[in-house]
Amino acid sequence: MSALPSQALTPALSVRDLTTTFVTSAGRVTAVDNVGFDVFPGEVLGLVGESGSGKSVTLRSIMRLIHAPGVVGGSVLWQGRDLVTMPERELRRIRGAEIAMIFQEPMTALNPVLPVGLQIEENLKAHTPLDRAGRTKRALELMDLVGIPEARRRLSDYPHQFSGGMRQRAMIAISLASNPKLLLADEPTTALDVTIQDQILKLILELKRELGMSVVFVTHDLGVVAATCDRMAVMYAGRIVETGEVASVFAKPRHAYTRGLLGSVPRSGAERTMLLSIDGTPPSLAAIPPGCPFNPRCSFATEVCRTVVPPLDEVSPARLAACHHHDRVAAAGSPVA
Amino acid sequence: MSLLPYIFRRILQLIPTLVFILVVVFVLVRLLPGDPASALIGDRALDADVQRINHELGLDQPLPVQFLYFLKQVATGDLGNSLSLKAPVIDIVAQRLPVTILLTTMAAVIALLFAVPLAFLAALRQDGVVDTVIRGVFQVGLSMPVFYLGLVLLTVLAAGLHWFPVGGYGETFPDRVYHLFLPALTLALSLAAVLMRNLRSAIIGVLGAEYVDFARAKGLKSRLILIRHVLRNALISTVTLFGLSVGTLLGGAVITETVFAVPGAGRLMIDSIYGRDYPMVQGLTLALAVLVSLTFLLTDIVQAWLDPRVAR
Ligand SMILES: Nc1ncnc2c1ncn2[C@@H]1O[C@H](COP(=O)(O)OP(=O)(O)O)[C@@H](O)[C@H]1O
Ligand SMILES: [Mg+2]
Repeated sequence: MSALPSQALTPALSVRDLTTTFVTSAGRVTAVDNVGFDVFPGEVLGLVGESGSGKSVTLRSIMRLIHAPGVVGGSVLWQGRDLVTMPERELRRIRGAEIAMIFQEPMTALNPVLPVGLQIEENLKAHTPLDRAGRTKRALELMDLVGIPEARRRLSDYPHQFSGGMRQRAMIAISLASNPKLLLADEPTTALDVTIQDQILKLILELKRELGMSVVFVTHDLGVVAATCDRMAVMYAGRIVETGEVASVFAKPRHAYTRGLLGSVPRSGAERTMLLSIDGTPPSLAAIPPGCPFNPRCSFATEVCRTVVPPLDEVSPARLAACHHHDRVAAAGSPVA
Repeated sequence: MSLLPYIFRRILQLIPTLVFILVVVFVLVRLLPGDPASALIGDRALDADVQRINHELGLDQPLPVQFLYFLKQVATGDLGNSLSLKAPVIDIVAQRLPVTILLTTMAAVIALLFAVPLAFLAALRQDGVVDTVIRGVFQVGLSMPVFYLGLVLLTVLAAGLHWFPVGGYGETFPDRVYHLFLPALTLALSLAAVLMRNLRSAIIGVLGAEYVDFARAKGLKSRLILIRHVLRNALISTVTLFGLSVGTLLGGAVITETVFAVPGAGRLMIDSIYGRDYPMVQGLTLALAVLVSLTFLLTDIVQAWLDPRVAR
């Protein structure tokens, strides 16, 4: 793992009070609730949480890809400029050029009626001065880079002619086309089998080193976090409940939800059994319980947890946790230690 | 990926269709009420005359023999003579059909010119004022019978304002386009309404697709996203609908040709059916059926060009 970023560095991306609401049949719901985090240059930040915890909506909100009547509030500072309020024209020059996003589903994120080569080249056309020949050359390079064999022939192929793994690689090639400084990767490996998953992870890390990118890596797989990320942020019911350096969070979780997640990581080696798993299911957005949203599933919960929302506070150096009982949780130790 | 193998395969598939068309045309024409002999010489024809004429037309032969004779006619391009116009059917078809083809093509183009931009306007301002107005106007257009709409346009734009001729067909090509403009517009409006409605909802669907968000995430210009990513995908279902509407369009052509006194195949068909002009009806039906299947072929090719998944 690379050197830990020093807190003295200025963050490349600084998310503050990010709040995204949608209109559903149950009224307006809050899918992302006051989320804040920083991403430092060259760092990989893992964003983890069960499915439905708001990871994808967070990334989409950063990229301003939320459709009305969804509303995004708060600020997303990218090198000092706020993406949330910036005019569309300016935003267009950042999207795909400085910040790129890998979508969760390569099946639906690639346009079915356009050749893959064109889908790479249109990114280059938007953000680089390359001419037609230069774009084709660069597209071939990118396809080589992400490990798509026979790149020249495959440029004119359509997404349906690619396997799932190759589609995911094509999407990474598109995202990386203009050498972005920040990559938002939304579960880039979940749809893939284990060997391809490893290859893609290695690829992203290599590229990160070569290109000096920062990465926000969304996953619900803590094994992947341990292998790839410098710092992590844990999300539950649309909120960040704990952040810190990966090694430190794994060694001593300070939120009962993090502890539960760690407990449900399958052990490596022969014994791949679930040790603990968190009882119950995440709340629906229309019925988030009062107090700490995790309290109905929490074995540490007391009366205060059912009434008072715990703030996300610094509980030890470089560690934030939103838990009334972070001391008791820390004292209980890590299930993976 | 080349479309040629697909097009070739699709043309081969046309053969059974054409055979089927031949059988249906043959049977249908023989199901028409009345007999051509009495149509030819009046109701008070003598039995002997009727028999003579039926013999001349080969109508006294058993049906299978008649069918073989019919096939031979089609193969040699000799579809007999029109009973009422006293000229070879093939010549009359060659003269009248292009008029109808020009009329329907113009109508199709006008319909698309209306439908595509309006569908975009409506879809991009979904449920807004523009959307509601466009949809309301088209709803009215859709519920108006073609002949009524034709008469209104004729009265106002041709008879009243003299912007267009009240009917007929020109000599030169630009003149013909000018003469056919009003009838084509009449014919186009209901098709435009149908296509607009379909395309609007297709565009709304595609605007919510992930690949459109991904295109935004790449930092592409909105116009490029709309044309390359949205329109192309949205048109796929509209092209299918368009192909299926060709039959309706030809049906509408029969009416507009009558209202605007256009000397096309549609009006000829009506006249021939009333006149019990057997060979003419047969020749026209055949020509129109072939025209429709060629249009299907064309829309399939456009479909395959739009959507590479089709041509597998
Ligand atoms: N467009 C939308 N309209 C309404 N609810 C949405 C929308 N998009 C996401 N949600 C809801 O927001 C919550 C968070 O979703 P998401 O960010 O996709 O979770 P995940 O952490 O699995 O990526 C889910 O409950 C989801 O149903
Ligand atoms: Mg997700």
